[in-house]
Amino acid sequence: MKSYPSLTRITEADIDEIALGAAVLGTGGGGDPHIGALMAKRLIRLHGPVRVIGVNDLADDDIVPPVGAIGSPSVVIERPMADDELTRALAVLEEHTGRRPTVVMPIEVGGGNSMVPIAAAAVSGLPILDGDAMGRAFPENQMVTFHLAGYEPGPVVMVDHLGNDVVIHAIGGARSERIARAVTVEMGGSATAIDYVHMGAVVRECAIPGTLSLARHIGRILLDRDADPSHCTPVDRLCEALGAFRLFDGKVADLQREVRGGFTRGVAHLAGLGADKGGTLRLDFQNEMLLARVDDRPVAVTPDLIAVLDLVTGRPITTETLRYGARVTVIGLPAHSWWRTERGLETAGPAYFGYDVPWTPVEELARQARPASQEENA
Amino acid sequence: MNQTYRLGIDVGGTNTDAALLDVDGQVVKAVKVPTTEPTADGVINAIDRVVSLAGIDPGTIRYAMLGTTHCTNAIVERRGLSPVGVLRLAAPSTTSVPPLEGWPEDLRAVIGKHAYVVGGGYEVDGRLLSPLDEDAVRSACRAMKGEVEAVAVVGVYSSLREDQEQRAAEIVIEELGVPVSLSARIGALGLLERENATVLNAALMKTLRSMAEGFLRALEARGITAKPYFGQNDGTLMQLSYALEFPVLTIGCGPTNSIRGAAHLSGLRDALVVDIGGTTTDVGVLVDGFPRQSATASVIGGIRTNFRMPDILSVGLGGGTRVRDREGEVVLGPDSVGYRLTSEALVFGGSVLTATDVALLMGGATIDGVAPPETDRVVGARAWEAIRELLEETIDRMKPSAAPVPVILVGGGSIVAPEELAGVSELIRPEHFGAANAVGAALGDVAGQSEKVATGVDRRAAREEVAADAVHRACLAGADPSTVEVTSIEELPMAYSDAHSVQIRATAVGRLA
Repeated sequence: MKSYPSLTRITEADIDEIALGAAVLGTGGGGDPHIGALMAKRLIRLHGPVRVIGVNDLADDDIVPPVGAIGSPSVVIERPMADDELTRALAVLEEHTGRRPTVVMPIEVGGGNSMVPIAAAAVSGLPILDGDAMGRAFPENQMVTFHLAGYEPGPVVMVDHLGNDVVIHAIGGARSERIARAVTVEMGGSATAIDYVHMGAVVRECAIPGTLSLARHIGRILLDRDADPSHCTPVDRLCEALGAFRLFDGKVADLQREVRGGFTRGVAHLAGLGADKGGTLRLDFQNEMLLARVDDRPVAVTPDLIAVLDLVTGRPITTETLRYGARVTVIGLPAHSWWRTERGLETAGPAYFGYDVPWTPVEELARQARPASQEENA
Repeated sequence: MNQTYRLGIDVGGTNTDAALLDVDGQVVKAVKVPTTEPTADGVINAIDRVVSLAGIDPGTIRYAMLGTTHCTNAIVERRGLSPVGVLRLAAPSTTSVPPLEGWPEDLRAVIGKHAYVVGGGYEVDGRLLSPLDEDAVRSACRAMKGEVEAVAVVGVYSSLREDQEQRAAEIVIEELGVPVSLSARIGALGLLERENATVLNAALMKTLRSMAEGFLRALEARGITAKPYFGQNDGTLMQLSYALEFPVLTIGCGPTNSIRGAAHLSGLRDALVVDIGGTTTDVGVLVDGFPRQSATASVIGGIRTNFRMPDILSVGLGGGTRVRDREGEVVLGPDSVGYRLTSEALVFGGSVLTATDVALLMGGATIDGVAPPETDRVVGARAWEAIRELLEETIDRMKPSAAPVPVILVGGGSIVAPEELAGVSELIRPEHFGAANAVGAALGDVAGQSEKVATGVDRRAAREEVAADAVHRACLAGADPSTVEVTSIEELPMAYSDAHSVQIRATAVGRLA
């Protein structure tokens, strides 16, 4: 990947760019950042810009709560959070632990949870960390780098839109996830949550650095109105800047979606367009896009990132808005090295999601798929 | 049985078109006259011309359909909109994004400052979020009294239960006596998009009412006793009472009517429709006789709404598009001389090189009584090539596949299109191509849509209930109950909430009663 500029502060004008990039990193899940973006813009307008600090600038004794929404994106779009939810969540944490938070961070940069911590930073006056614990979006609470490094979620603070709050002390990440999910259902399907609160030293070790800046960078590329459209498409520009692999161009020819175990699970079949004409891509998703296979051969496998973009505009498409007939490009991106470890693959690899395929790095699959003659052009 | 007719009228920003169709759907006559302000005079002119050219008795017109971009233009141009009070039934929830958040300032200024979040709403599983705070509704009404002309009432999860919205509307009518628009009747899940659509709907009620009254006066003045209908986004019709309640449903009918009209005039059911007007070219896709719908949230006048609109790609090429020579490179538009074409284009004795001039010079197009313009043929050839490239690229972007497709050319500016285009299997210029909008308006069936979140385990019963409601709504819109069919039922599962929650959406369509 080519280098990109780092954010030092976030103003109202940055929000739409970050939100768009976050939707790409959401790999089809994580919820549409639109509502979170409206919320963040309003709070920045009321309280001023948000200061951004890099992962390496954290002090050992910083207290860094990741703030996010937990629950169903489809509830969030019908019932956005109450105005005081974020400040209540931070207050409950402080009251419970007796320590005052100093920096907020995103737990997942993908989707709507990129925006919630920016809003929390704006309303609390705290700086935000340019880094997160996923580098993408994932559906379960323990799918974070803290868990991969062996840290526990600690007390989980949950507050709802009516003024209720719950603090969970669980015996481990997986239990914490199950209890939090049950509380979320009781709280009406969506709530504000803080978990994996750690000291600066731990966050320096675990956070994936630069991911908010990366989201902004992606958003800028897709929104670039000065780019010459006849030269290369937004998708081409994005692939070049990120070192992403353009896996397949196609049209959604068949789409099945169902609920199983609390997830939007499904399969989409894409009929190839252009250079991919005649081929078929099968896309498996569970809130996020998790597995892409071209004619039965895997081309990208979780935890590597799979994003579905509009063929013309490059705008990301979520698993909930994917429609029959949509013309899309599927791109693949290497996951952060945290996910490519044994524990990373155990936590969020294909087997965990019930797919009987081995994990192979997306760049390796791309090399295998490409005839030798094209390799020099790649 | 005596011959009867359908009259389709399209009131656009520049022209008002009228088309007269017989019972078999054949176009008897089509005419074009300038749009007037107020619009009723233009409508009367169009009716007079089409009736006299066809030589029929106005009493034999059985249905009169009006398609209009009037409401769309009102939103885009921020004119003729009513100030609206907004009552969101949701407190203490949802307050992180208050009503009208993210609206452009100029539109917000028109709508006014009366937006309130009061106690109310339901949860995703149908539990009460909060009881309706009737006192808060009343005090909000008193605060907005005299400063709003309509009220939008929007309850969280009102698609599950709309009783709170109905009760709030009763109070508003008691306190203020102004029209009320309920979000549960407007549509889908997604509070902000539904709220935006409900507010726009309320803001357009007066606009549509005055337009409808003009239309009715025009019909009455000419002794036409036909039942009046209004075109809506999906290419189907609604009757007067329904249109007055849901004016916002007209905002996508312009391109829809053009695509449906093109389908009818050409006899094709699958094709691209290229509608070239004076300033822009709109390319839409005809799939099995209906416009392909856009997959993304539709944005109108800077406002995100939840309407399914036809998937249209617009580019700046029309009959009046200015052609400039910049040091050997030809640039098309994006500006246009618009309705001044017949005075400003070279070919009409003006001084501006337009796309129409280029077509006459290079493309072999002709206009009766006009000779091709005298201008630089090198520039002309380059401009002709630029027009071809722009059209070919636009068509390619909208094509469902790489295979060549038939293209139906309609619209007053369509003479600027070359006879042969790459990627096009057949280029069809149907008769009456200039009035495709009015023809499309005249064709409509009537539809009803319904949507519910089903939280029980009995999904089949829920599907049947939603389908029955869609049929009921189609009949309300004027369909003959014996012809109504459910045309689609979609289910969208809802993650996390609970395993049995699904969103079910049904559409029913029938012929006019």
